Amino acid sequence: MFSNLLIWFVIVPIIMMAGLACCGNSNMKAIRAVMVTCSTVLLGMAIWLVCEFLRLRGAGDTSEMLFQGSWMWYEPLNIHLAVGVDGISVLMLLLSAIIVFAGTFASWKISPLPKNFFLWFALLSTGVFGFFISIDMFTMFMFYEVALIPMYLLIGVWGTGRKEYSAMKLTLMLMGGSAFLMLGLLGIAWHSGSAGVPEWNILQIAHNNSIDPSWQNLLFCFTFVGFGVLGAMFPFHTWSPDGHACAPTAVSMLHAGVLMKLGGYGCFRIAIYLLPSAAQELSWIFIILTGISIVYGAFSACVQTDLKYINAYSSVSHCGMVLFAILMLNQTAMTGGILQMLSHGLMTALFFALIGMIYGRTHTRDIRQMGGLMKIMPYLGVCYMIAGFASLGLPGMSGFVAEMTIFFGAFEDSDLFHRIFVIAATCSIVITAVYILRVVGKLILGPVQDEHHLSLTDASWWERLSTVTLIVCLAGIGFFPNWINETIQNSFVPIVNALQAAI
Amino acid sequence: MDYSQFGAMLPELIILGIFLIVFCTDTFGGEGARKILTPFTTVLFGLATVAIWIIPSNAEPIFGGMYVDTTACKAMKAMLNVGVFIVLLQSAKWTDSDEVAIRKGEFYELMLVTLFGMYLMISARHFLLFVIGLESASLPLAAMVAFNKKHYESHEAAIKYILTAVFSSAILLMGLSLVYAFSGNGSLYFDDIRVALTGEAPSGLLIAALAFVIAGIGFKLSLVPFHLWTADVYQGAPTAITAYLSVISKGSAAFAFFVIFVQAFGSMYSVVWEWMMYAVIIATITIGNLFAMRQKNMKRFMAFSSISQAGYIMLGVMTESALGLGSMMFYIFVYIVSNLAVFSVISAIERKTGLVGMEDYDGLHKTNPWLSFAMTLAMFSLAGIPPFAGFFSKILIFTSVTASDSMALYMLVLVALINTIISLYYYLLVVKAIWINPGEAKVEGFRSSGAERLALWICVAGIIFFGLVPYIYQYCVDMALPMFN
Repeated sequence: MFSNLLIWFVIVPIIMMAGLACCGNSNMKAIRAVMVTCSTVLLGMAIWLVCEFLRLRGAGDTSEMLFQGSWMWYEPLNIHLAVGVDGISVLMLLLSAIIVFAGTFASWKISPLPKNFFLWFALLSTGVFGFFISIDMFTMFMFYEVALIPMYLLIGVWGTGRKEYSAMKLTLMLMGGSAFLMLGLLGIAWHSGSAGVPEWNILQIAHNNSIDPSWQNLLFCFTFVGFGVLGAMFPFHTWSPDGHACAPTAVSMLHAGVLMKLGGYGCFRIAIYLLPSAAQELSWIFIILTGISIVYGAFSACVQTDLKYINAYSSVSHCGMVLFAILMLNQTAMTGGILQMLSHGLMTALFFALIGMIYGRTHTRDIRQMGGLMKIMPYLGVCYMIAGFASLGLPGMSGFVAEMTIFFGAFEDSDLFHRIFVIAATCSIVITAVYILRVVGKLILGPVQDEHHLSLTDASWWERLSTVTLIVCLAGIGFFPNWINETIQNSFVPIVNALQAAI
Repeated sequence: MDYSQFGAMLPELIILGIFLIVFCTDTFGGEGARKILTPFTTVLFGLATVAIWIIPSNAEPIFGGMYVDTTACKAMKAMLNVGVFIVLLQSAKWTDSDEVAIRKGEFYELMLVTLFGMYLMISARHFLLFVIGLESASLPLAAMVAFNKKHYESHEAAIKYILTAVFSSAILLMGLSLVYAFSGNGSLYFDDIRVALTGEAPSGLLIAALAFVIAGIGFKLSLVPFHLWTADVYQGAPTAITAYLSVISKGSAAFAFFVIFVQAFGSMYSVVWEWMMYAVIIATITIGNLFAMRQKNMKRFMAFSSISQAGYIMLGVMTESALGLGSMMFYIFVYIVSNLAVFSVISAIERKTGLVGMEDYDGLHKTNPWLSFAMTLAMFSLAGIPPFAGFFSKILIFTSVTASDSMALYMLVLVALINTIISLYYYLLVVKAIWINPGEAKVEGFRSSGAERLALWICVAGIIFFGLVPYIYQYCVDMALPMFN
């Protein structure tokens, strides 16, 4: 079991928790040492996994999932701990590792109760990594919920503003989604098994493809809505602005950067892949909803004055774009969707990290009370502009590549319905530009609003490390999108085949 | 009479033996014996628990088939024993308090008698034996509920408990006499009743009979609408007794319920009682949850939480399969450790400070980090959050219920799943009080006694490992299988 590389993505965070548990309550040095060591190891493992994956693919290994392993867990119900990765999950693991790494440095000075904060943070990352390596629906769901619950305490204890309300709202809404999701998964498992034994393995279910069409429609709604709640799909997005606004920096980063991707990834891997005929039949409903998400999120971001709310609504819009792309059900758009996940993950994490840093200095997030940060803290100002450009899809940044691919793919469907929604979604780019440039103009470039801000310092070394990591990755995707394309290309084949067979 | 048959009742005999030893020590041992009675009983009971785990079960029915100690029965008894052992540990300090010390022998004796009754309920295959078990499990409990002599809440609770217990017994007996009328050949053996009822059309009388039986046992399980005694009794009883009532009494009744409704009324499942239980389960889970949200007293809060948990346990009955029984037993076991973890914390804090309000837990983490930690894990487990055991027990029971591919049961699971969100809300209120609510801690930092800490450690270990390690679930299902062969 331990010879499988993937399983270590779960074991290392558990070691991280054990290490933290041994640290003294306020022994910051020891806590930081554990966090930095483990998150660096995770990042190293993720990079190594990508290299190894590309090497195996290059060597001609065309099996659907690599590094597979499967161990019996609950025998009476045929539940396994089954792991395996394709190109998409490899990149998601890399994204998670990057953001956990950056998040560690972004919460360098967390207080109070630093040990508990990192304990829950580590549990959250266990869930995230576990989710992406699982190919057994039961373990996938378990890790999904493991990733959700620490949010309550992370926001409730270390958050700001109306934290209790937001934490409760976020937790209950996400768990509500997972209630529907669980029912969907149960249905899928029992309907694709045989002789009273449920089947939880995703590859096996896709291979059997034995779910009755009338059940498929119901199960598709359950699973898509279940994951869609986490993907901030309209009208289930309302937890997102409140939750993000109140969360501490590292948690916002991880949540917007990775957790919301769990939703998109789940829709893609479970709802679309396992229930292809329902996906063909019912995608129009969710295209409408995600279309609304995209435009509505962007418009909402325009009128907010709190920096975190602006980014939370922008996340609603961008994550809507991810789901929208997946629902186009063709390879180009899906590729764009995956790129958008990566791009949005890195960009939002960068945004939230910067907002946390700015808030830590000015103690306000209201854009009306700040201005001219470029004069005061040029490093953070420049970073903010870079993140903004990535967000509005400037060529050379990751956002451009992702959105272009999505729209190219989306135009492949030539009927009127798709056209209308694609055009509406395209308009969101303009709206994005409006709210990004509005903030950049006022906050970064405008006149200094508050004399007290003039004495503030620029970024410290750990903040620079955190931001540079993210910016390098953002630009990396922007300039070299091809290697990502190569990594994920083969992963779409089974899904697209399943979808075409279901027409 | 062949006395060798008694050998098959080894678990009951062990409990009876302990009862006699404790009784003699208490009665004839004098002051010195009373001093060591607590550790003595606890250790003795611990050994008995181990013994019951390891002794083989005897699948041969005895007394003409009235009693059978199948593997499932024995496993259930062993699990209940673990719970009782934890209750004994967490109540050790309380029995030494001035008010109770002089009567602690009675406390142990009454508890052992009720446990004996529950064993009989579990193993009974004849309604006569079942009723004897039920009565000896209920009536002494009333005396235990009244154990805090000087508190009028305790008396009130006891009166409430005894009245409802007697009333529910009357209803149960009414139901059984109707069943007796149906059984034709005048037998009250479960197997005979099943045979007699097979093919029976659902007449009004039969529906009434089963409704009475459900009501009678439902009182014991505090299923809605027979739950009205629960909150007051849980609040008024001494905390150790509340803990005992909420897990042990409930667990044994749930198991007996399953056996009766599968073995005696199994043939009436789809005809008569499926829809009854369907409604009862939905009402139990929902109403338990809705009322729990408003509670400010921790013991009342746990009362309503345990009502809704009973609804989840009853989901196992809807399956009528070995998988369902196994999942239900696993659920009960996990529920035992999770609930007792909560009660360990409640009783430790109550003993030290006398506080039981939820607002008294504000900021607890500042003064008592370990108790806070244990309470948080227990709440997460009760709410069904992974990676804690409660998640697995919930999901596994849901999985076994949906096995039958009936849309109605899927919808039942959906209601249960949505209710887990409501329950999450109020369990999180406790977590919020402990970790988030501002203000100074009302409970001062203190060190629990060794026994309390041991109880809590056992519970926390259970919460963490019962789910992650699959062997216990596997064990439950394996033990449940022979009943269906």
